[in-house]
Amino acid sequence: MIGVYTNTTPVDAYRGAGRPEASYLIERMMETAARQLKVDPAELRKKNFITAFPYQTPVIMAYDIGDFHASIDAAMKAIDYAGFPARKAKAKASGKLRGIGVSCYIEACGIAPSKAVGSLGAGVGLWESAEIRVNPVGTIEVLTGSHSHGQGHETTFCQIIAERLGVPISQVSIVHGDTDKVQFGMGTYGSRSLAVGGTAIVKAMEKVEAKAKKIAAHALEASESDIVIENGEFKVTGTDKSIALPMVALAAYTAHNLPDGMEPGLKETAFYDPTNFTFPAGAYICELEVDPGTGKTSFVNFVAADDFGRLINPMIVEGQVHGGLAQGIGQALLEGAVYDDTGQLVTASFMDYTMPRADDLPSFQLSHTTTLCPGNPLGVKGCGEAGAIGASAAVINAITDAIGNNKLEMPATPDRVWHAIHG
Amino acid sequence: MYETTYHRASSIDDAVAQFAKGTDSKFLSGGQTLLPVMKQRLAAPSDVIDVAKIKDMIGIDVSGDTVTIKAATTHYDVAQSEAVQKAIPALAHLASMIGDPAVRHRGTIGGSLANNDPAADYPAAVLALGAVVKTNKRSIPAEDFFKGLFTTALEDGEMITAVSFPVPAKAGYAKMRHPASRFALTGVFVAKTKAGDVRVAATGASQSGVMRVAPIEQALKANWAASALDSVTIPASGLLADIHGSADYRANLVKVMGQRAVTAAG
Repeated sequence: MIGVYTNTTPVDAYRGAGRPEASYLIERMMETAARQLKVDPAELRKKNFITAFPYQTPVIMAYDIGDFHASIDAAMKAIDYAGFPARKAKAKASGKLRGIGVSCYIEACGIAPSKAVGSLGAGVGLWESAEIRVNPVGTIEVLTGSHSHGQGHETTFCQIIAERLGVPISQVSIVHGDTDKVQFGMGTYGSRSLAVGGTAIVKAMEKVEAKAKKIAAHALEASESDIVIENGEFKVTGTDKSIALPMVALAAYTAHNLPDGMEPGLKETAFYDPTNFTFPAGAYICELEVDPGTGKTSFVNFVAADDFGRLINPMIVEGQVHGGLAQGIGQALLEGAVYDDTGQLVTASFMDYTMPRADDLPSFQLSHTTTLCPGNPLGVKGCGEAGAIGASAAVINAITDAIGNNKLEMPATPDRVWHAIHG
Repeated sequence: MYETTYHRASSIDDAVAQFAKGTDSKFLSGGQTLLPVMKQRLAAPSDVIDVAKIKDMIGIDVSGDTVTIKAATTHYDVAQSEAVQKAIPALAHLASMIGDPAVRHRGTIGGSLANNDPAADYPAAVLALGAVVKTNKRSIPAEDFFKGLFTTALEDGEMITAVSFPVPAKAGYAKMRHPASRFALTGVFVAKTKAGDVRVAATGASQSGVMRVAPIEQALKANWAASALDSVTIPASGLLADIHGSADYRANLVKVMGQRAVTAAG
């Protein structure tokens, strides 16, 4: 083994971390195969889709569920795939080279079963923790190890609680990122927060609800099995007897009249270790034009049909997809850390490093198909990285389709594309 | 940034006098280049003389066949000027494409020309239109003003006060924007003077900064049409090459932007 010092910038995992590269290679190969076989690229993918689940891959992953035909059909419909040849001909008449590119990704996220990652050599377990504190006035604090730094957990996690109890979302608050308050957790990455951290919250909630039902049943002199939770109240099913959540919480803390042997308080903790990864999948189709004079790429349309299982907050999911697509397109067209022969970083400022900006990106058309994830009680799959995983191959497939030259490196700068056209 | 002494000049004479007092003074206009390089400690002037608020340095005057833009006029004001839009629309268009809105509201024509960045937009217009750069001391024809990368005919303590552009019969500017900086990866300004001469200048292309493009000028003199450039070849030797554009790519851009500038000029 040779160890060397370097003055180059340290590198670390970035959105998708390995899956963009794998997906890019596979989808560029699929496209190349389709062109060589003279088969429609979308049709070739359809012929090769896995349709029976669970599906054990040759490596550790066992795909739990999916409907890849549904995704590609939705994407093809959204972009009017059948109408592309006519649009290409029309663009040609105005001197532009138009191309279309498909990319179908599947990825493994919602990391991860601790045993599985241990077998792969990881030094940690990838469970998550949650603590639910129902205060004496009925407000609910959720302490999560999945820190939110822009992913909107404060909204999505609150929604889970509010929907379960039927209380206003304003009654629920999220505590995260404060190690003085929050117990040890594993964090936010690998599109795991909802599938793993959210499930830990559900598991803690199940304990809270079980204890609260016992308290309610005792107060209402009913059988615990007859208690249902609706609109923030614990009701005796089939009767008009009920007790509101704040009164249950107050009873838990006054402890004047609790079932025999019950500890006071209403606070529960859960650690959740997932049984499998989640496997979001989708189909992206990109339509663009290349200016043969400059090699510059302009987007015409970009459609994404993703399957993230159940969506708790569709707007937040769309934001995640937008961000991921922007990064995938950045990788395809714009970004790259470049060193000169002396080891000097020549992309050290945004005057040289092309960070994607709004006018570099198309107006995305997003849609969703749904197969509920069987691996967690929420039915959710990770959505944070999918855009970055699926986008770059769609873009490069579209450019190479437009210019009729399949040899093109990322980032496909105007200079590179122009040389690919003109040699 | 290293320590510096800031002066706000009240007049052109005051600015020149303040400049002379410092051991290593710099004029500051929009500060779109000077301030970043000071922050990076690549420049460390002892004194900074702010000329951007001098009343005599701001404004646009059109009289007869001449558009005079005072040196501290911002790119935004040039782009928005109805007088410029009417007299030399290509010049207003060029100003509207510089940098981004923040740059256009601070950056000035005099600052851009004094800096003479090899990828700046204004030098192409000044050279192609045969403008005259006016300073506190003299008038300098465009041909004599640009002396290579970040180098001009300005002497120490000499300050641009205005630029006078002869109104052309036709003019157009086309620019391939640098994807990151939004400078000109290559920009070409074409002009047909009222006397019938054709002048073409390219920025962002040459290792020596803004340059006249003789092959395009000759072709357009014979036939003022984009198609007249179809058979023109621009040599790649002496052109800039970096991660965003190789020399042969820039040579192509000189031709293609030239064609698009002619189309824009009409």
